[in-house]
Amino acid sequence: MSRIRLGLLPVVLALVAGCGGAPWNDPYPAADAASNTLYSSFSERPKHLDPVQSYAENEFAFIANIYQPPLQYHYLKRPFELVPFGAEAVPAPVYLDASGKPLPQGAPAERVAYSEYTIRIRRGVLYQPHPALAVDDGGRPRYHALTAADLRGVDTLADFPHAGTRELEAADYVHQIKRLAHPRLHSPILQLMGGYVVGLRDLAERLAKDSAGLPAGAMIDLDGYELSGVRIVDRHTYVVRVRGKYPQFVYWLAMPFFAPVPPEADRFYGQPGMAEKNITLDWYPVGTGPYMLTVNNPNRQMVLERNPHYRGEVYPSEGEPGDAERGLLRDAGKPLPFIDRVVFSLEKEQIPYWNKFLQGYYDASGIGSDTFDQAVQFSGQGDVTLTEDMERRGIRLQTSLATTVFYLGFNMLDPVVGDAGGERARKLRLAVSIAVDQEELISIFRNGRGLPSHGPIPPGIFGYREPDADGINPHVYEWRDGAARRKDIEQAKKLLAEAGYPGGRDAKTGQPLLLHLDTTSSGADSRARLDWYVRQFAKLGVQLVIRATDFNRLQDKLRRGTAQLYFLGWNADYPDPENFLFLLHGPQARAKTQGENASNYRNAEYDRLFERMKHMANGPERQAIIDRMVELLRHDAPWVWSFFPKDYTLHHGWLHNRKPNQIANNGLKYQRLDSAERAARRREWNPPVVWPLALIGALLLLTALPAVVAYRRRERRTAGAGGA
Amino acid sequence: MTAYIVRRLIYGLFVLVGVNVLTFALFFFVNSPDDMARAQLGAKRVTAEAVDKWKRERGYDKPLFLNEKMSGIERVTETVFFDKSLRLFAFQFGASDQGRNIGYDIRARMWPSLAVQVPAFVIGLAVYISFALLMAFFRATYVDFWGVVLCVLMMSVSTLFYIIGGQYVFGKLWSLVPISGYDGGFEAVKFLALPVLIGVIAGIGGSARWYRTIFLEEMGKDYVRTARAKGLSEPRVLFRHVLQNAMIPILTGVVVVIPLLFMGALITESFFGIPGLGSYTIDAISQQDFAIVRAMVFLGSVLYIIGLILTDISYTLVDPRVRFS
Repeated sequence: MSRIRLGLLPVVLALVAGCGGAPWNDPYPAADAASNTLYSSFSERPKHLDPVQSYAENEFAFIANIYQPPLQYHYLKRPFELVPFGAEAVPAPVYLDASGKPLPQGAPAERVAYSEYTIRIRRGVLYQPHPALAVDDGGRPRYHALTAADLRGVDTLADFPHAGTRELEAADYVHQIKRLAHPRLHSPILQLMGGYVVGLRDLAERLAKDSAGLPAGAMIDLDGYELSGVRIVDRHTYVVRVRGKYPQFVYWLAMPFFAPVPPEADRFYGQPGMAEKNITLDWYPVGTGPYMLTVNNPNRQMVLERNPHYRGEVYPSEGEPGDAERGLLRDAGKPLPFIDRVVFSLEKEQIPYWNKFLQGYYDASGIGSDTFDQAVQFSGQGDVTLTEDMERRGIRLQTSLATTVFYLGFNMLDPVVGDAGGERARKLRLAVSIAVDQEELISIFRNGRGLPSHGPIPPGIFGYREPDADGINPHVYEWRDGAARRKDIEQAKKLLAEAGYPGGRDAKTGQPLLLHLDTTSSGADSRARLDWYVRQFAKLGVQLVIRATDFNRLQDKLRRGTAQLYFLGWNADYPDPENFLFLLHGPQARAKTQGENASNYRNAEYDRLFERMKHMANGPERQAIIDRMVELLRHDAPWVWSFFPKDYTLHHGWLHNRKPNQIANNGLKYQRLDSAERAARRREWNPPVVWPLALIGALLLLTALPAVVAYRRRERRTAGAGGA
Repeated sequence: MTAYIVRRLIYGLFVLVGVNVLTFALFFFVNSPDDMARAQLGAKRVTAEAVDKWKRERGYDKPLFLNEKMSGIERVTETVFFDKSLRLFAFQFGASDQGRNIGYDIRARMWPSLAVQVPAFVIGLAVYISFALLMAFFRATYVDFWGVVLCVLMMSVSTLFYIIGGQYVFGKLWSLVPISGYDGGFEAVKFLALPVLIGVIAGIGGSARWYRTIFLEEMGKDYVRTARAKGLSEPRVLFRHVLQNAMIPILTGVVVVIPLLFMGALITESFFGIPGLGSYTIDAISQQDFAIVRAMVFLGSVLYIIGLILTDISYTLVDPRVRFS
């Protein structure tokens, strides 16, 4: 009987497998298979979702789709262009002198005491449904006076039965600007904005003073505080007064730091007992954007759902050349967003993510170094194409240059490689710059995903020069046979000899030259790369000593100015050259002012030009100044110019309207997907294979059989022996 | 028995203080409060004032162990150590350095950890003991020989290999279960099947071999020979006598880990995307969230002490000769 049952097992399994329906390995509920849901992931839980604190890409991935700052970047156009979002138009500054009188638009920066930005917001914009905005029949807030008894049984925001909405007002934008100065919120841009937004620093000091005596959880009512540089003109208009000329201010208006937050949210979340339940604005945003966060379990899954009150925005009808051919204008004029839900699942490891992408359970993926060869191949002409397997699956490849720069920095406070070494040190830095072969690095360690840099400004940002005959870094490259060629190593050796280190030894003492690189890199991949760096320096006879350290120690060394060489990179906050050139601005030296100039580079002419350039509008005059600044940097070589990374991303054929945007993070609303096709592909790609289970069962039985026979034989023998 | 347990609990209290001091010293040997502040505040545009403010608000601006500026008892109480450690003994974990309530997170994350660990533990124990008994029963035969070879082979393979291999074979190649993920309720079963299976398989080598050794040692004893001489069947000898007498060494290793099941499995949770306490601890270490690390180490120590006491109690249940003193 039992044999018959076991024999039927494969048949039963096969029948179950053949029953159709959702694939067995589908990680999502079967009911969602045909839903208009995009599936994505996050690898670590975001630290902050409060727009005043959030400053990391993995956090922007959520809140940029929830909040509605005054401005945003055009989804398709390149170079990047600001367009209105919460505002009706991109505000133009009005310049004022010290007495408050208007100045002409072309007024020189030194005459401009203030710039005023008048922002008119769109009318009729509504907040997402939220309990903070829920009111009773009498129009009074339902949940602004909660007691401990009210909170019993409340664990998430969804446990509040009522939600409400109201129209977005200029006061909400102003409230958020005040929140930048909140002493408990630690906005990372307070220091910077305090220097620009009139009255913000003063407000921060007043709030700090007043909050000092309050109990830890006590709420600070920002409505009771004036911010002198920001005023509300009417219900839909507010004015921000900024010190001096600061054209980059409009870029900040496209970031969540300047998105509206209703004061009701602070009152709601600030009630006793809410923080203990992790119900805070930092975890449950309240926005007017296209999506709202409906599930926030950062330990497992976060879900964005279409904000039912969001309307009025349509898909753009123009883009850059080639967008129409790529089908990116097919949805022009259609209302946004297209996708109803976006599910972000916690996926910490790359391997499961990649396999689930191939199974169709994630709609898009990056390409890790482990999976690069599986996904991408190079044609004979060096073009990047997808492998046959990827093509067969209908996967699409998109490449884009990141608005990021990576570099190997010299500490200019160091006696050997820094300013104190004078011309000797400069030649040493240049020799190293030539010796470290970035083209080889990109080829070996990044699978070709990068562009050697000739200066700090990446492509796509105003001020960038193509590395042609006029645009190359002439200190490291030369123009030969119609291409930029890295200078011969002999020229680097000559420079090193002129620096007083012939053959890599100090000409005076005969001691070998030792340079120290502090790095946080570790692991097998990093070791190979660091060994490669050692070999690059060895081409000059210079010994590179790798000092492995952790992130904190490296930061500490940079702050104290004691590192000699270090690796760093910078992601653009906004697409303006100022956001890269400030990384070498003398007054922002890390050791002295804790600024972002980690090399502590200081050049009087560069600093002077920087002050001029940062106030200018893009144009030939600004380009000329940037060219001069870049030339100074190339000459002084405070960095070994490494590379601008190139991002490769993949997405399935059922996902449409994807265009990489390195500056903006609110691209979800433009994407569209064909969920029926996805469901069909998932079924096609994931048929359950059950026969191996039957085989394993059979093998186990076969293995056990001799044992059973042996046992019976032994039992019989024992019985026989006993009988005898 | 009560006196014994009370005495053990008091010893446990001292152990907890020691663990706390050690964790605190080790953590702050590697990280300064400045480092912690910078890790929480992010890498971009962090000012010294913001760092100071962050430390002040969370009490990290005080000296670590001894406050020279104070006098009397306040030299000890006005320190980071005293501030951060005392409440733990009342199981008040407070807020993480990111501001989230730790107790709430622990309560939420313990269930997924238990959902993986308990079945893996129970099924695993049954499989390991059965396999070990099988090898012991067929000692000195090909079953025993190849069983031991298999155990050694399985012991030599890293858990990571089982996980990645398991995901590839069962999730990708045969499409039988999801590669990773988690869900609540009955839906959790399809996500738990693979991690539980891998948890069981990964432990077979070491455990079955260890239990086999215990059983073989018992089988060589006089009472087994007596039992056989009385004509008892081999299964009866094994299950009634050998297994019962081998329980003490088995319990030593098994009961102590029962409370620790609550703490989750670090690598398994990470690879399978299971939102348990194992990944909670790992995340806290990587994010330098001392409040969580401290709470989890404390909790781990408490559970370990409970496990040891339970082990002692279990001895009396399986062996009447063992008495508390």
